[in-house]
Amino acid sequence: MKIVACIKRVPATETQAKIAANGKGLEPAGVEYMLSFYDEIAVEEAIRTKERVGSGEVIVLTLGPAEARKELVECLAKGADRAILLVDPAWSSRDSLSTAKLLAAKIGELAPDLVFTGRVATDTDSAAVGPMLATLLGRGCVTDVVKLTIEGGGKLKAERESEAGIEMYELALPALITCQKGLNEPRYAGLKGIMAAKKKPVEEVAVQDVPNQIAVETAQLPPARKEGRIVGTGAAAVPALLEALRKEAQVV
Amino acid sequence: MQPYKALDYLDLDSEFSQDERMVRDTVRAWVSDRFLPVVTEHFEAGTFPHHLTPELAELGVFGPNLPEEYGCAGLNNVAYGLICQELERGDSGLRSYVSVQGSLVMYPIFAWGSDEQKKHWLPKLAAGKAIGSFGLTEPDFGSNPGGMASRARKDGDSWILNGRKMWITNGTIADVSVVWARAEDGIRGFLVEKGMPGFSAPEQKHKWSLRASVTSELVLEDVRVKEATHMLPKAKGLKCPLGCLTQARYGIAWGALGAALACFDEALSYSKSRIVFDKPLAAYQIPQKKLADMGTQITLGQLMALRMGRLKDEGRLQPHHVNMGKRNNVHIALEIARTCRDMLGANGISLEYQVGRHMTNLESVYTYEGTHDIHTLAIGEALTGIPAYRVG
Ligand SMILES: Cc1cc2nc3c(=O)[nH]c(=O)nc-3n(C[C@H](O)[C@H](O)[C@H](O)COP(=O)(O)OP(=O)(O)OC[C@H]3O[C@@H](n4cnc5c(N)ncnc54)[C@H](O)[C@@H]3O)c2cc1C
Repeated sequence: MKIVACIKRVPATETQAKIAANGKGLEPAGVEYMLSFYDEIAVEEAIRTKERVGSGEVIVLTLGPAEARKELVECLAKGADRAILLVDPAWSSRDSLSTAKLLAAKIGELAPDLVFTGRVATDTDSAAVGPMLATLLGRGCVTDVVKLTIEGGGKLKAERESEAGIEMYELALPALITCQKGLNEPRYAGLKGIMAAKKKPVEEVAVQDVPNQIAVETAQLPPARKEGRIVGTGAAAVPALLEALRKEAQVV
Repeated sequence: MQPYKALDYLDLDSEFSQDERMVRDTVRAWVSDRFLPVVTEHFEAGTFPHHLTPELAELGVFGPNLPEEYGCAGLNNVAYGLICQELERGDSGLRSYVSVQGSLVMYPIFAWGSDEQKKHWLPKLAAGKAIGSFGLTEPDFGSNPGGMASRARKDGDSWILNGRKMWITNGTIADVSVVWARAEDGIRGFLVEKGMPGFSAPEQKHKWSLRASVTSELVLEDVRVKEATHMLPKAKGLKCPLGCLTQARYGIAWGALGAALACFDEALSYSKSRIVFDKPLAAYQIPQKKLADMGTQITLGQLMALRMGRLKDEGRLQPHHVNMGKRNNVHIALEIARTCRDMLGANGISLEYQVGRHMTNLESVYTYEGTHDIHTLAIGEALTGIPAYRVG
């Protein structure tokens, strides 16, 4: 089975966000990057699916700066077979649709049976690229999947968690799955995997510029949190606490 | 708890290759996710978290700088050093477990074993399917292992071993122990397996240091081993066990930095949030001086470790370099752990925090693999050409 996992290089969770001088995004100086959390799950599911099926190829694909090679190599170390980097100088200001178009063009060439993406990238938090990709590729898509089984005859069973409960779907290959927390427990890149990754190919492809349809007007940090207040101590404080939670915070 | 942030004052990060950083970050993440949540209970109980052995093997930390044909990762020595650093950021007991397996058991089998011994043991040890120990120290001979009383006597195609070893990490749990004993033609190395008649390895209890590590006595009473399979054919003379120790000490020079970094990180974030006399502790000059001194010492230690690693990868690292690295880095780590312990006040003596655990652990690290003073004498000898180990 030919599988593509789409990944994104995002600022590391511990990043202290600062707004860039132009007021339109994150100040890049001093920011460390990592593989987006849900994309790790996507890569893990791609590798596990290949292992379960017993044969095939896992290709990791990203649109990003040349430095995103680091995140790709991490995926190769975990067991993906090869990587493709769509080098995009404008990656940090890309909107979801132009990202999806550029990825879709490459995935169209690769013609995989199955595409995995994270449910959302942890930087822009849009959850849009996965479903857009499926639409552009004309594939069946289930989002936020927490359980996936490969049935015979090119069929998949996917479970997704929604507020209403668990939804179960059956769909046919070729398909696209966006991965939710709980689908699997991503493995560590073992040291042997890191050595093996050195021998695996990372192909860099320059991308055509596709115009954005959305541009960031201004970016602002959230207002600083107000300082906490101690309403009392011990059991005697409970009524005052409830009162504050009801009236001030309005959370109960 | 705040996420761990390793001090990197001089941007040494950019001195490492992408692979080296990836190795470090992988082990760092594993230690945070899998080891730190359980270390306190094991330290208190005086046990090693054995359930993690398969995961350590899966990561590939056993003998990671040995060749791939034996199931090892074939990493360079800087990557190996970074692994030790990250493991000891967790606990010196964890790093000891891995150092003994890789540098003191797999390395001598690799360097002085027969092809059959290598093929038999190395893949098993790399996969964590067998655990090893290294028996050199005796009750009466620690710093001076050349005086050892353990004896090996040839008997046909076998050897008969007699003696006692003390303070042997992993001894009780080891499937195979590399035991050094004196034969007629000098010191030789043997592979003694668990359960062999005449061999026992009772655990040494009541330690207040390195509690999350098994330490044992090895008792050999007429233990009969076959020469062809259980003697390391190429290991002759004291230089062989000392050569293993050079490998392990190299890792300790990196490992101690991990313990120091853990303490420093904890004390730094504690001092920023702990309010004393209306201001954060970190706002006062005395704590700032402590932090400045510790940050400088860690940075110097990192430079030394990195330099040793690059020399080792070039095949130019000498034992007397390692004497300096082990001596300095363990010493500064112990001093830093004590200072950080102090900066946490009463919390510093609680196992809810890491500093006290690292501080007590480092007392063992200061003594084992050559005490601080023995390394002083080794550096003194390298500088002057005059050995000063013996009086008179
Ligand atoms: C937790 C732990 C785990 C260990 N694991 C192992 C293991 O796996 N395998 C193994 O073989 N050993 C192991 N050891 C033993 C360790 O290597 C020895 O304890 C160490 O070499 C010191 O020997 P000693 O305890 O006999 O001290 P001694 O040699 O008696 O030293 C006592 C003091 O005398 C000083 N001294 C000694 N000689 C001189 C000299 N010539 N001039 C000046 N000062 C001197 C020392 O520096 C020290 O301060 C372990 C020890 C500990 C604590």
